[in-house]
Amino acid sequence: MTTALSRRDLLKAAGALVVGFTLPVPVLANARSVAADQVDSFLAIAPDGSVTIYCGKVDLGQGLRIAIRQMAAEELGLGVERIALIEGDTDLTPDQGPTAGSTGVAKGGVQIRQAAATARQALIRLAAQRLEIAEGELDLMDGEVRPLSGDNRALGIGDLLGEGGFGLALDPAAPLRRPSTYKVVGQPLPRPDVPAKVTGRHVYVHDFTLPGMLHGRVIRPNAVGATLLSVDETGLKAIKGARMIRIRDFLAVLADSEWNAIRAAALLKPVWSEAATLSGHERVRDAMKAGPFVAEETLVAKGDVDKALAEAGDRVHRAEYYWPVQSHASLGPSCAVADVRSDSATIWTASQATHRFRPAFARLLGLPEDKVRLVYLDGSGCYGMNGHDDAAADAALLSKAVGKPVRVQWSREDELGWDPKGPPQLLALEGCRDENGLITGWRTEMWLPKATAGLPNVPLLAPQAAGLPQPPGLITGLIAQNGDPPYGVPAQEVKVHWLADAPLRPSNIRAPGKIANVFAVESFFDELCAGAQLDPLVARLQGLRDLRGLTVVTRAAARLGWKPRPSPNPEPGIGRGAAYVHYKRSETYVAIAMEAELDKESGRIRVRRVVCSHDCGLVINPDALRLQIEGAIIQTLSRTLLEEVTFDSHRVTATDWTSYPILGFADIPEIEVDLVDRPDQPPMGGGEAAATPVPAALANAVFDASGLRLRTVPFTPERVKAAIMESS
Amino acid sequence: MTATAPKQGKAPPKTPDIRLSVNGKPRTLSAASSKRPLLHALRDELGLTATKYGCGKGQCGACTVLADGQPVRACLMTVAEAAGKSITTLEGLGTPKAPHAVQAAFIAEQASQCGYCTSGMVMETAALLATTPEPSLEDAKQALSGHLCRCGSHRRILRAVMRASGRPQP
Repeated sequence: MTTALSRRDLLKAAGALVVGFTLPVPVLANARSVAADQVDSFLAIAPDGSVTIYCGKVDLGQGLRIAIRQMAAEELGLGVERIALIEGDTDLTPDQGPTAGSTGVAKGGVQIRQAAATARQALIRLAAQRLEIAEGELDLMDGEVRPLSGDNRALGIGDLLGEGGFGLALDPAAPLRRPSTYKVVGQPLPRPDVPAKVTGRHVYVHDFTLPGMLHGRVIRPNAVGATLLSVDETGLKAIKGARMIRIRDFLAVLADSEWNAIRAAALLKPVWSEAATLSGHERVRDAMKAGPFVAEETLVAKGDVDKALAEAGDRVHRAEYYWPVQSHASLGPSCAVADVRSDSATIWTASQATHRFRPAFARLLGLPEDKVRLVYLDGSGCYGMNGHDDAAADAALLSKAVGKPVRVQWSREDELGWDPKGPPQLLALEGCRDENGLITGWRTEMWLPKATAGLPNVPLLAPQAAGLPQPPGLITGLIAQNGDPPYGVPAQEVKVHWLADAPLRPSNIRAPGKIANVFAVESFFDELCAGAQLDPLVARLQGLRDLRGLTVVTRAAARLGWKPRPSPNPEPGIGRGAAYVHYKRSETYVAIAMEAELDKESGRIRVRRVVCSHDCGLVINPDALRLQIEGAIIQTLSRTLLEEVTFDSHRVTATDWTSYPILGFADIPEIEVDLVDRPDQPPMGGGEAAATPVPAALANAVFDASGLRLRTVPFTPERVKAAIMESS
Repeated sequence: MTATAPKQGKAPPKTPDIRLSVNGKPRTLSAASSKRPLLHALRDELGLTATKYGCGKGQCGACTVLADGQPVRACLMTVAEAAGKSITTLEGLGTPKAPHAVQAAFIAEQASQCGYCTSGMVMETAALLATTPEPSLEDAKQALSGHLCRCGSHRRILRAVMRASGRPQP
């Protein structure tokens, strides 16, 4: 069964590591179309009727490998075990955009589904001609076109098509199967990579080797912005075969094994210039208000907010919220393997954006784009761009310098110290209500680093150090969305003060920006409710006009056993809180309700129970989706309770799991995921939205438990105790 | 065969090789750099790549293997310390066709996302069940307290531990 094949099996079967991912349809690199408007770019049918799907999006652990198969299988009338999947190989797969923004299924899967529907239409047309039966009286099932009449003249799809492929453009009007007839979509099918992962047979980029491959390690400067003045390499003589590579400030060692590379790196004696370019993490918040700014932008303007605030007299409330710099904190370090020849290059990378990075690597290596191939292999999970692309650039530069394949695996300190970071966010909110408690005016002001328009990718460390040209700028993801309350406030405004820079190199991190924005908006909504002695959940239901939004809020409340009353809880100790998001105001609907307790002595918060009602339209695989949602909740609890990248004026100081702790087994709450399946609606993202209501639901539960309002993340015991002292 | 022939062919090594058992097979490792972590010897010299580097400090548990049945961090145990021991890695526990009970439970619960921490989680669980066949949920949390997962698969992992032991699942 194809799905049980691990990558290692595929590699072995192919007999060659370099083009090992093309089974069961062996196609040489550069030999196939990857145009995103052609059916043949997305799928191939072998003579035996098995199908290979070519997917530009990749599985980072989120379950895309089964979801894509299910979507294609449904249209093709085939079991998922008959479908092989090639992911993220720039020579073999169409460019479907980066695997980011929760678009794997919503865009990547939907495009492949349309390719499969076009294929089905074509296969039925071919069979209709051969059998002389009307198209409407035929269907595709179990790998055959069969007459609906029961007539047994079936034609296998492999025989029908022949070797030429479809030669057809994707037809956006090709009819899709009706959701009421779905057999594969919506089933909780197991993910095909899990058995290999659990038995140690899955080949991660960390495990991938090439003949003659060397191991590289890059020595980063002791301070951000420092330059390399000199380096003493005499110590390397102690390690046979070890050598130094230096390109301006890019300093690395190469050795015949990982361990020797680690030893060699420690034996080099570099002298770096003095550099103290960073503000230190404690000064970020104040520095954000000081600028410099590159733009002011009004994102939402409705009604007259100033007038509403003036009319409300003393019923105006103001508060500031802060979200710190955070790391992706991938459990394993970034890693890549590069084989750079004089006329071409292949890079094995865990990148979320192989296609998008291809031009950057071509420029870095001085090669034409079509001679550079990026091949996706699994890395340690990433949640936005971590260090994988930097490790790939490290390996590429070193392979080019030495003329041999090079593998670079970062250390734990490299990963937490140098991965591009989730940027800090500062929000100031003001709002007012009328005598009845209705919110009449609302303003959200944001201080955010401005992403550089048109910049294709995060500037990479290796070319920067080596003095190689690359477009400068900042990447953040879309971080200004969901800053407005979705509760029908008549006068509202959202303004952004766009900052010229970020304290550490930023990139997109899971649900970019929206976690902090929803934290502020949904906490502040509760603040206004508390001021008016209103139950915050009832107030949400009164303000919402969207039926799907009302549904998730109602269901989450019912599951938690919500009893209407204002916060805080008259019986302190345990509290409940809720928060809601309509992600990007156009995608997934999520409501989260939770119970938490606060121990005022220790300042420790314990989350007892989390309920999440989630509507992302059509559900492709409920089991994989549930796990994504649970993961988003746990990871965001970790980010809210514990995580802040600390740094001084020189460098990041949180570089291991003691200085950058994440949530462990002892603190995992009960989690109930309630899926609202809407088969008649388009499928939307499941990887990000559920993260966004978590911090506000928690802050609202802590307020309910104690009357203490937490507005600065992380909610560490020290910070909570300080807040208790301040409030008393 | 002359008396001198073996002498010429076998120059006495400076340090004796390190002998150990890995997944039930006798293996020999060079003692030349005997302070190197077992992790690197397993991955690079024996080609057993299921065991993963996570932190190199024993903080995350990703590199957990069994040494004489005890869970150890292969990033901290040196090759010299592994001498004479019986080491089990994830590859030695079971295969996709014949998985160990713990592996079968992890598959049944789909208790893995990116899977980078999975190897260490499975090995720790196997060690737990060998000494505590019917652990409580608290026992499971305690045993896994030194293991980190960034994807947030914790609840599935705990369900897998309880499933493997035939206990009620949370």
